Amino acid sequence: MALEIGGKTIATDEEGYLENLSDWTPEVANAMAQAEEQPVTLTDEHWEIINFLREYYEEYQIAPAVRVLTKAVGKRLGADKGNSKYLYSLFPYGPGKQACKYAGLPKPTGCV
Amino acid sequence: MADYEVPKLNGEGYIDIPKIKPDAMAGKGPFVAKPDFQKALNFPTDFAADPEGGYELVPDWKERALAKMDDLRHRYRSLQLYLDICVKCGACTDKCHYYLGTQDPKNMPVARQDLMRKVYRRYFTFAGKHFPKLVGAVDLTEAVIDDWYNYYHQCSQCRRCSVYCPYGIDTAEVSMAAREILDHIGRGSKYNNEIIGKVFKVGNNLGLPQPALADTLEGLEEDVEADTGIKVRFPLDEEGAEVLLVTPSADFFAEPHVDGLMGYAKVFHEAGISWTLSSYASEGANFGMFIGSYENMRRIALRIREAAIKLKVKRIVFGECGHAWRVAYSFLNTLAGPFDFLDPKYPVPQHILEVTWGLIQEGKLVIDKSQNDDKVLTFHDSCNVARGSRMGDKPGGQFEYPRNVIKAVCNHFVDMPADTIHDATYCCGGGGGLLTDDLMELRVKGAQPRMEALKYVTEQQGVTHMAAICAICKSQFTKVIPYYGFKMDQIVSVHQLVSKALVLQRPVSVQARPDEDDDDDEDDNDDA
Repeated sequence: MALEIGGKTIATDEEGYLENLSDWTPEVANAMAQAEEQPVTLTDEHWEIINFLREYYEEYQIAPAVRVLTKAVGKRLGADKGNSKYLYSLFPYGPGKQACKYAGLPKPTGCV
Repeated sequence: MADYEVPKLNGEGYIDIPKIKPDAMAGKGPFVAKPDFQKALNFPTDFAADPEGGYELVPDWKERALAKMDDLRHRYRSLQLYLDICVKCGACTDKCHYYLGTQDPKNMPVARQDLMRKVYRRYFTFAGKHFPKLVGAVDLTEAVIDDWYNYYHQCSQCRRCSVYCPYGIDTAEVSMAAREILDHIGRGSKYNNEIIGKVFKVGNNLGLPQPALADTLEGLEEDVEADTGIKVRFPLDEEGAEVLLVTPSADFFAEPHVDGLMGYAKVFHEAGISWTLSSYASEGANFGMFIGSYENMRRIALRIREAAIKLKVKRIVFGECGHAWRVAYSFLNTLAGPFDFLDPKYPVPQHILEVTWGLIQEGKLVIDKSQNDDKVLTFHDSCNVARGSRMGDKPGGQFEYPRNVIKAVCNHFVDMPADTIHDATYCCGGGGGLLTDDLMELRVKGAQPRMEALKYVTEQQGVTHMAAICAICKSQFTKVIPYYGFKMDQIVSVHQLVSKALVLQRPVSVQARPDEDDDDDEDDNDDA
């Protein structure tokens, strides 16, 4: 599979995650969101999460746990947003998986 | 959301045996592991991508597959026996959750086994070699391999069918053998094999490196302290602790798993048992079993032994993980033993429920059951615990211990219908290495029998939550129960319930960090 962005081809795996994490740009995130069965237009709220995921990955080489994510979101954006309901409202396929994909992170694997 | 029909529940607690729908689940199976993933597991890598986006088989795949089958039937006499002994009585046909949920006749356990059995007959029995048509023997072709790959990834190796088989044929072993053969000809499953590679590289299925794990555990310490006012420790790589806790890495990551982890920590804290996690063996799950690979299962198990020796622990305790407990209880000693360096006063290994139930019986935990009064609980027996292990020293302990603990911390508990619990339990629908998004239709449909039972006790007895003791069960259910009209937070960890009801009495952890005895350094100076 692949994404076409500005004439450039970007390789993704069977599930739409980036093959090479260094290929990520904000345009990639937008293209992935638009490529969903029901296209998603990324808002500032989405970007707050995506940016946090990228910062966390930069430091720890893995996506944050749901709990870590909700806690961080709560601290930064207010307690009313620090819960999985809010995250699922933005990323209905699951914040762990869908948001990670847009952020260019590898998919969390295992019994999750 | 789904492009297939989600089964409708009848509300009676049991599923009617459905009419067959041939080829209902025909397909390509889960994503195939690329050579890169196979390499880490020492499987052949001499196969390449094909133009259609899939992968070719290895050269001489037929000879290599048959050689592997020959190898396995000699290594595991049980496999040979299972291939020979089936009399097609049909007792297993309606016992598989995947058959009940999908109606595909190849998901009847006997039919699924026969996909291999008919090839075995053709090449390894006198009648099959000379009179193949007479005994239903077939040549090994690419189409047969495709069928194997598809349908041996529609078996969660839960072994419910084996309970009803008059000969005790273990379908799981046949599925495992099939996957082992497939792994040797370029047909590994991406989900399983990528994960096993991460265990070898990082230490766990998630790929959670030590710094991330340390950060996660620190966060949990903060959360528990904020909640209870007590510094409950979540120690990592602490040499000399009494207990090494081996738990699925999902316990560090997913909900409601992490709530269970907080329960284990509180139990150890309260009992004054020093414990530690290991970043090297930060995984309880052993996917080597799912793919029938003795060598890979052993490599994963050995990490636990190495960590236990390095950290100089006296006991090994396993967290809530179904097949981890089967591997631990049934195979750990022969895979990675002897464990003569551990304290012989304790079972090797021990389940966290054995620890907790023991402490409850000794009166060492103060429990406020009313904390769980907002719930009516039921319990899902995990297949690998129910049919592949035990807890305590009496038969059936694996059914009693989780229920005893739940009843000790909750006032309201009811069981689901008798044919769906204990050793007749249904798989959650995601076990055996099938918990992957590319098998979502199978997972949703395979959950139907459990959903029927849950709906029944929900409507008849007001059940609000279902507790589980397996990371796969918890993840599978939180994902699929919304398809059946339930909410994801209705699934809870057993130790989450313990965590809620346990009233902490011990103000300072036996593993309190020296530098946090108190915030003022003056005390230290005075002592000096």
